[in-house]
Amino acid sequence: MAELVSITIDGHGVDMAQGSTILEACRFLDIDTPTLCQLDNLTPVNVCRACVVELEGSRVLVPACSRQVEPGMQIQTDTPRVRHSRRLVLELLASSVDMTLTSGQVQGWMQRYQAAPTRFGKVATVAKPVKVDNELYVRDYSRCILCYKCVEACGADAQNTFAIGVAGRGFDAHISTEFEVGLPDSACVYCGNCIGVCPTGALMFKSEYDMRAAGTWDESRQAVTETVCPYCGVGCMLELRVQDNSIVRVTSPLDHSVTSGHLCVKGRFGFEFVQKRGPRG
Amino acid sequence: MLRGVRHGARLIAVDPRRTSSAEWADIWLGLDVGSDIALANAIARVIIHDGLPDTKFIERSTTGYKEFAKKVEKYTLERAEKETGIPRNAIREVALAYGQARTGMICWTLGITEHHNATDNVLALINLGLLTGKVGRYGCGLNPLRGQNNVQGGGDMGAIPAKLPGFQAIEDPAIHEKFASAWGGADFPLKKGWHLSEMFEGMERGELRSAYIVGENPARSEADQGRAVRLLSGLDHLVVQDIFLTHTAELAHVVLPAGAGWTESEGTVTNSERRVQRVRRALDPPLGARDDIEIICELAARLGVDFGRPTAEEVWDECRSLSPMHAGMKYSRLDELGGIQWPCPDESHPGTQFLHARLWKDPVEGPLAPFSAVDNEPPVDRLTDEFPIRLTTGRRLDSFNTGVQTNEYTSPLRKGAEALVISPEDGANLGIADGECVRVSSRRGSVDVNVSFDRSMRPGLAFMTLHFPDQVATNVLTIDATDPKSGTAEFKASAIRIDRIPASSSLGGESQARPGEGARL
Amino acid sequence: MAAVDSILGAPEPDDHRVVHGGRAARNQRHQLLPVLHAIQDRRGWVSRGALEYACRRLSIPPAEAYGVVSFYARFASEPHGEVAVHVCDDIVCGLAGVTVPDGARRVPCLGLCDHAPATLTERFGMVYEAVQTSHAAARYPGSRLLRRIDVVDPDSIDSYREHGGFAALKNAREMGPAAVIRAVTESGLLGRGGAAFPTGRKWQSVADQPVRPHYIVCNADESEPGTFKDRVLLEGDPFAVVEGMAIAAYATGSEKGFVYVRDEYPLARARMARAIAQARDKGFLDFDVEVRRGAGAYICGEETALFNSIEGKRGEPRNKPPFPVQAGLFGKPTLPNNVETLVNVLDILNGEFADSRLFCVSGQVLRPGVYEVAMGTPLRALIELAGGVPPGRMLQAVLLGGAAGSFLTPAQIDVPLSFDGVRAIGATLGSGAVMVFDDTADMRQVLLRIARFFRDESCGQCVPCRVGTRRQEEILDRMLGTNGDSRADVMLLSDIAQAMRDASICGLGQTAANAIASGLTQLRVLNG
Ligand SMILES: Cc1cc2nc3c(=O)[nH]c(=O)nc-3n(C[C@H](O)[C@H](O)[C@H](O)COP(=O)(O)O)c2cc1C
Ligand code: SF4
Ligand code: SF4
Ligand code: SF4
Ligand code: FES
Ligand code: FES
Repeated sequence: MAELVSITIDGHGVDMAQGSTILEACRFLDIDTPTLCQLDNLTPVNVCRACVVELEGSRVLVPACSRQVEPGMQIQTDTPRVRHSRRLVLELLASSVDMTLTSGQVQGWMQRYQAAPTRFGKVATVAKPVKVDNELYVRDYSRCILCYKCVEACGADAQNTFAIGVAGRGFDAHISTEFEVGLPDSACVYCGNCIGVCPTGALMFKSEYDMRAAGTWDESRQAVTETVCPYCGVGCMLELRVQDNSIVRVTSPLDHSVTSGHLCVKGRFGFEFVQKRGPRG
Repeated sequence: MLRGVRHGARLIAVDPRRTSSAEWADIWLGLDVGSDIALANAIARVIIHDGLPDTKFIERSTTGYKEFAKKVEKYTLERAEKETGIPRNAIREVALAYGQARTGMICWTLGITEHHNATDNVLALINLGLLTGKVGRYGCGLNPLRGQNNVQGGGDMGAIPAKLPGFQAIEDPAIHEKFASAWGGADFPLKKGWHLSEMFEGMERGELRSAYIVGENPARSEADQGRAVRLLSGLDHLVVQDIFLTHTAELAHVVLPAGAGWTESEGTVTNSERRVQRVRRALDPPLGARDDIEIICELAARLGVDFGRPTAEEVWDECRSLSPMHAGMKYSRLDELGGIQWPCPDESHPGTQFLHARLWKDPVEGPLAPFSAVDNEPPVDRLTDEFPIRLTTGRRLDSFNTGVQTNEYTSPLRKGAEALVISPEDGANLGIADGECVRVSSRRGSVDVNVSFDRSMRPGLAFMTLHFPDQVATNVLTIDATDPKSGTAEFKASAIRIDRIPASSSLGGESQARPGEGARL
Repeated sequence: MAAVDSILGAPEPDDHRVVHGGRAARNQRHQLLPVLHAIQDRRGWVSRGALEYACRRLSIPPAEAYGVVSFYARFASEPHGEVAVHVCDDIVCGLAGVTVPDGARRVPCLGLCDHAPATLTERFGMVYEAVQTSHAAARYPGSRLLRRIDVVDPDSIDSYREHGGFAALKNAREMGPAAVIRAVTESGLLGRGGAAFPTGRKWQSVADQPVRPHYIVCNADESEPGTFKDRVLLEGDPFAVVEGMAIAAYATGSEKGFVYVRDEYPLARARMARAIAQARDKGFLDFDVEVRRGAGAYICGEETALFNSIEGKRGEPRNKPPFPVQAGLFGKPTLPNNVETLVNVLDILNGEFADSRLFCVSGQVLRPGVYEVAMGTPLRALIELAGGVPPGRMLQAVLLGGAAGSFLTPAQIDVPLSFDGVRAIGATLGSGAVMVFDDTADMRQVLLRIARFFRDESCGQCVPCRVGTRRQEEILDRMLGTNGDSRADVMLLSDIAQAMRDASICGLGQTAANAIASGLTQLRVLNG
């Protein structure tokens, strides 16, 4: 048994196993904490700073997602300072990036912190043309919040292919292949694990992208079914999102012991064959 | 595996080709195709000579050590160097690394099993695990990595000649009786059946006259494809049940269109780690296609037996009542636990993570683990001056077997068609250019294919896949020499010759690889 | 290829039977920057082919290596002429008047503010050459830290020894590590890199770590605009820096040391390399020291970014904790110290320490340069030492502490230069930069230049700084440009400033609004 560490969050005492993060403690106490760059199956990069909290004795706010609990920590998650930074993070991001396809949860945080991204006036964005360079998935970096998740999923946290990385610096930093080449010329193996973790819709199945462009994407007509990939003995769990008897997106549950959410190209994209066998009834 | 490497594990790769996995390895050994046993035995000898065996474990939990030790004694480093092509120092280094490691596992795929002596290959690796006590413990073990989602499950469910579901011996009268009475006194043979290669031999002898093939494409996936097609075509009656009109189905008298198991029907599959998991219906099958269970029950009805109309869950519950190792795996528990690893004898059992942990119990539970003294047997298809190059076949990440399923999606990884991958050195020796179309011949046939140079190949070695049988019938070249114990054919080792094609006689015309069907049958 | 092989040695021939690679190869990752420099030095740019070859040799994924190339301002990923001229257009040089010849590149402060306007010229090719704006000799009478500058021959260990060199190291070895650390602690020495952390305490923490090896890193990245004191020490008294490192390594039990010198200091780098070689030859070094070269990134002065840079990665600061003393370079306990901090240690062990520090006085004064004054000396006295503003001009403002510092008005220049003294008026000493502006200076341009500096130098990792520095520049630009009422914009800036200060990962973002905020309140730059 790991040793327990006692801390206080918003006046509530909580005992957490050593090595837990403040975020885990917040979740344990049902304190909703905005996170953009954190995912349970990835190493924390603590770059978005949406999750910051006030820690007694610390000059600056600390990221809940990566800071581990230490005995006696006194933490506040809803002070004016915390609310201010969270609001600014959301505003600054949304003033530079198209966040319209983020989850309802993110939209909820925007409302909760009263983020008003337009108040900066006319300012620079990261808008750039959508990259459609293969038949499996598209990259729309106008939506990219630079959360590093795709880089981690492509790299050491899952796929170990390292086809994409962060290039450039400052406001010009962006996700890129080597020398900005298209995916077919890169090391990409199309496992789609980056799509699986992207929180903004910057990375998207081509099937979904085309349907959205055609105006036929309709989540109300979609259902998700869990099954097992037909291709190899690893036995990855798949979540098939189906609209009108067609598979439109494939993911895997983050908490599944076999996949931790990650798949290979066959499981992710190799489903076409079942759909090309004529009309269904 | 790479996660392990990232956490500090050392990785040793043994593969004739320096694959991308080998690039991650701390040591890569590029052995000759089909010399695995020489390597394994020599490693064992080093371990023994350096006093690294786990003697306590050997004494308590295994049998046959003496005979094994005597056998490997003949596998000196000198001999292994000659038979594998790997310098002796490197063999010794790997032996010490494995022998001295506190934990370690051996994983393999078809490179071990697609040989005429597949079972011996596997036994030689098991010996290493037993010798150093690296089985049944955390961080240890012997893991065949399976190429299909339900290879394990198929075997578990009795799709092997001598077993009924749950690996229960069909020839054991008590077992036979148990099943027969559960099935309402059904009458079925008390004798084991044939495996695939024996069936083809049976066809050859005229003893096997009809076949019912479910979800396999032997007309394309069998080694020595010409022979397979000939024999299948000669059957009195061939029934094929598949989700596609495969090449095999085209030869059939009756085709039964089926729903895709993983997305058009309900059921379970079992992965390489013995985890039974649920598959579910997400799509309606195409018009006319039916669920496998329904087809089988209908068939039974036509044959005069009423199986009723069971659901997948009912079929599974019957299986659980007969197969003790599956007994505790109710659907609801499979859902809850995200799959369960067998054996799982009752509904309170969590499943079994380490199959062979019993070997560490004191006293050992169940039978002791046997060492097997095995000898190196080089590939059947000998290299000669006429056929000097070793062809090995395999798979690519984005494709699956004969490509029936994966060729339907547009993988950007698939650059051009099938290619014969060889070393630039061989290319230069043969006077051929990268991308040129050449004729590849084995003792069984020829195909035309474009070459692709790859620095990861060593001279004398060539590689092809079997994903595009309609463009390049790779299995025209392979040999059907078969392992008598497992029935697997030696896809991994054929002897070939590569010839330039004189401009006028190209089978296919332009430099597109295509002949396949035009090959000599 | 030859450039890469010059660092890594010739490749082994393809072996088709056995390859030892894996971790051993990946552990070469830290050679990436040296290899990229070798390529850049010879070709003037890093081509895809050259990068891919380097990646193959070092087992680095090309996309990651490209991320590194594109992070550092020095590496060009497009072809370039044989000569590159870098013209400083930063705060001080801006005052001196900048002319940018055709094809030259504008760069931030070159650390030559005492010689403004400053340039750096590089000639690429088999023989690489870099020339800084010529240096005028200067004397530093009565100075403790600068007493050997222009007195010893910086290329001769014998000359250094004749001037008392290596006596402190000898003393240290006689005292033993614990006593050395005690002496440093008792001296009260605070780090001179900007954060003013007690040096003895840091040494003790590293010495106490059971994990091995320990590293020491001399931070010679000096890139804070208006700062050039470390350059003077490195160029003029390199053996003293080496000796300081040797003592620190001895006291903290460090097996290996690095000196990370900013790319724009070619002379300092060369002298340090020679000094290390000579010291090693003469048996003064019983640990391994390597000179590493920055690549045009201010952020790499931040200690954890610096570690990443040595490790061959993008210079992105790490979140703390863990602190460097626990898990620093290569994840091991590491002692990062500034150049001036280390040189002070010699005097501590020789019993000659006094509480004084170096200030870099630049801008509109008669004699810009490095001055050593006792802690507590009034700022006014320091400015007078440097000759004061030119005749006929009036002092308008002082920027204390560099771009991350704050503006003082003429009314505030009697402040005593001590940590507490300046804190009382909400300022910091920072890196010891003192930039002086007379009444002719256009302070709006100065503020805009500072905003641009942070926008350019943000590593881009965290949102408050990446987007905040950009918005800060945009808003300041429109405020100062339109001359209109800008109450709302001032509010916006202050909102951004607070989030940057509170939520940024590192000191860059946390201080990026300081000078601008103080400028807007202290200086008369806004109409209305
Ligand atoms: C953006 C930034 C830039 C820095 N640049 C330098 C630098 O150029 N030189 C330096 O010694 N310290 C610099 N520092 C401070 C270092 O992080 C670190 O505190 C210092 O090297 C510790 O040495 P000291 O204790 O001897 O001062 C910088 C810090 C920040 C946040
Ligand atoms: S593409 Fe998506 S996952 Fe990748 S950094 Fe951008 S927002 Fe994050
Ligand atoms: S997704 Fe890939 S690894 Fe997973 S089961 Fe399917 S084929 Fe195997
Ligand atoms: S504060 Fe700025 S420089 Fe520091 S880590 Fe964040 S983005 Fe990078
Ligand atoms: S979620 Fe913590 S910094 Fe992004
Ligand atoms: S050298 Fe130009 S401002 Fe420092």
